[in-house]
Amino acid sequence: MTQPITEDTVLKTVAKFEVKYLQYLDEDGKPLGKKLPSFAKDTELLRKLYTDMARVRAFDAKAYALQRTGKLGTYPASLGQEAIGVGYGSVMRKEDVLVPYYRSTAGLMQHGVTMAEILTYWGGDERGSDFKYAREDLPIAVPIATQCLNAAGVATAFKLRGQARVAVTEIGEGGTSKGDFYEAINVAGVWRLPVLFVVNNNQWAISVPSEIQTAAETYAQKAIAAGIHCLQVDGNDILAVREAAEQALERARRGEGATLLECISYRLCDHTTADDASRYRTEEEVKQGWRREPMRRLRKYLESLNAWSDADEETMNKTIAEEVEAAVQEYLSMPAPKATDMLDYLYAELPEKLREQRDELARGE
Amino acid sequence: MPAVTLIEAVTMALAYELEHDSNVVLLGEDIGVNGGVFRATAGLQQRFGKDRVIDTPLAESMIAGLSVGMSTQGMKPVAEIQFLGFIFSALDQLFTQAARMRNRTRGRLSCPMVVRAPYGGGIHAPEHHSESTEALYAHIPGLKVVIPSNPSRAYGLLLAAIRDPDPVIFLEPKRVYRLVKHEVEDNGEAYPLETCFVDREGTDITLISWGAMMHETLQAADELAKEGISAEVIDVATVAPLDVQTLVESVAKTGRALIVQEAPKSGAIGSEIAAELSEKAIMHLLAPIGRVSGYDTVMPYYKLEKKYMPSVQRIVSKAKELMEYV
Ligand SMILES: Cc1ncc(C[n+]2csc(CCOP(=O)(O)OP(=O)(O)O)c2C)c(N)n1
Repeated sequence: MTQPITEDTVLKTVAKFEVKYLQYLDEDGKPLGKKLPSFAKDTELLRKLYTDMARVRAFDAKAYALQRTGKLGTYPASLGQEAIGVGYGSVMRKEDVLVPYYRSTAGLMQHGVTMAEILTYWGGDERGSDFKYAREDLPIAVPIATQCLNAAGVATAFKLRGQARVAVTEIGEGGTSKGDFYEAINVAGVWRLPVLFVVNNNQWAISVPSEIQTAAETYAQKAIAAGIHCLQVDGNDILAVREAAEQALERARRGEGATLLECISYRLCDHTTADDASRYRTEEEVKQGWRREPMRRLRKYLESLNAWSDADEETMNKTIAEEVEAAVQEYLSMPAPKATDMLDYLYAELPEKLREQRDELARGE
Repeated sequence: MPAVTLIEAVTMALAYELEHDSNVVLLGEDIGVNGGVFRATAGLQQRFGKDRVIDTPLAESMIAGLSVGMSTQGMKPVAEIQFLGFIFSALDQLFTQAARMRNRTRGRLSCPMVVRAPYGGGIHAPEHHSESTEALYAHIPGLKVVIPSNPSRAYGLLLAAIRDPDPVIFLEPKRVYRLVKHEVEDNGEAYPLETCFVDREGTDITLISWGAMMHETLQAADELAKEGISAEVIDVATVAPLDVQTLVESVAKTGRALIVQEAPKSGAIGSEIAAELSEKAIMHLLAPIGRVSGYDTVMPYYKLEKKYMPSVQRIVSKAKELMEYV
């Protein structure tokens, strides 16, 4: 018979941890406590955040429609998760580098990537990754979790060069099961890298729910083993996401290292246009999800400050619709890429061995 | 000019680039104080500091993924994978990110990084330490795969690899690390990538190899000479992208081709060379293209490794067989 190993005999506690949760607004947009972040009174900024979420939502809807009519490839929307990318993206500086994954549309748009570029990418055209504004942002990562290490690498370059810049990356909660994620947070801890890892916890990795993904109580606590800061936030409360991201970026810029933010949200759409979420989720669950979505919440808060009206909503929707339409036109009217592009950008110089293949493409065979 | 071993030539090239290009950083497991398990980076951390010669946590995917991120910032990471047999978890980063960065961003970003690794058999190493998997990386468009066969080539080609604007997998035949010494001037002169080296001129048959097998191949040429057979010997050096032209020109002259490789026979660099020669030089051929190769099997533990690897004898007899076609 074994005896239990107990406190009073030999055990002593060598480390203790806790994970904090940040939320400012309840589901109906009412402040939960008295202390809101300082920007919560800046109605101009809040109106912009609201508008930016609406832009992502309208863009997603349009992308869906384009896919359905055969004008776009598979597309992953962010319906219900707009506060995450708009939140962290709104506090990034131009010189920071975003290392996105396929569901980072909101973050990309915040960091200056145009709607037309994003459509071009999902329309199957590499020119979409030739971002005109954020020239150093990495292209979208499709393999899960590779982006975390690439962000750590970008942050290593910043650190070695003594630059006060931050690399920001986003990953789904499913992606945190992968080795690259752990390897990235580990090295970010050891080297105190200026990097922010944002976990977009939308509850589902395609059809696999959180219970199958991890036995941990939170995704945030994975940071504890890596020795980096962590915080769990209500990912549908843009005040919380923005404030937490801003503090993380400041900390990184001060040389205090990396942060992992777990943003709890809910995917209100299918995983991608190729998915049918009704096969694995109940209608009831989705209905519950709609009660917590981020736009309604911020709008209610704005209304309580008398900073938003139906007329504002109407004007906004009209402006955004025009913007999206212009982007679609830009995308659809792009001249087709040249077949030779597929070889011309592979190496800095075309290897002799590929010249024949290039000639064949140039002849249009 | 000092006479140096291949591993010392590697160290010289790394030091030269660290000295002359502040963007170059080395990273890997045990490369700092320890100077790498084969001492390729011996003394470099002491000389250039911990920010230039970086001991990483033990994680190969991390080493590759970090290098991708750093290189998109214009740094030039030279990563060491301790043994090539442990690169597999890093392949994801190399194949899905490094190899494609330039192409997918239409030239906006690139990965001017080098991954160095000791590879190949013949030193009685443990399991997973002796394979020749160069064809794996060569198959991935966007990567370059470079294999030096001797000290001067290690120096010149490694400089070229570090200066190359695209990702290079640089495989060091560890059996040759201390096998021979060459006089190598530390003058910073790079050799061209994508160019085969004609190491010996001949008229009867072209022997084609790279890496450690160059040594057996050159010995075989000596043996053949004794029997009146004049072999031209070519060191491919950059196995991807291949310099097909030099190979074709040689075969046009000799009419016979024999490829020698340590890797398994199927789907290998040797297969690719044979295919190119059959497309471009078949009218010059007086005999079938020959291959002396490792076997299509798991690299055996060291009691059998000698049986696995092409020997001088195997090369000579295959060459003589090809000579029998008129
Ligand atoms: C390495 C890898 N394995 C599998 C896939 C296929 N895949 C694409 S998205 C996905 C689920 C990811 O879920 P999660 O990380 O939670 O992110 P989300 O899409 O929900 O934002 C899978 C399995 C992939 N892209 N990469």
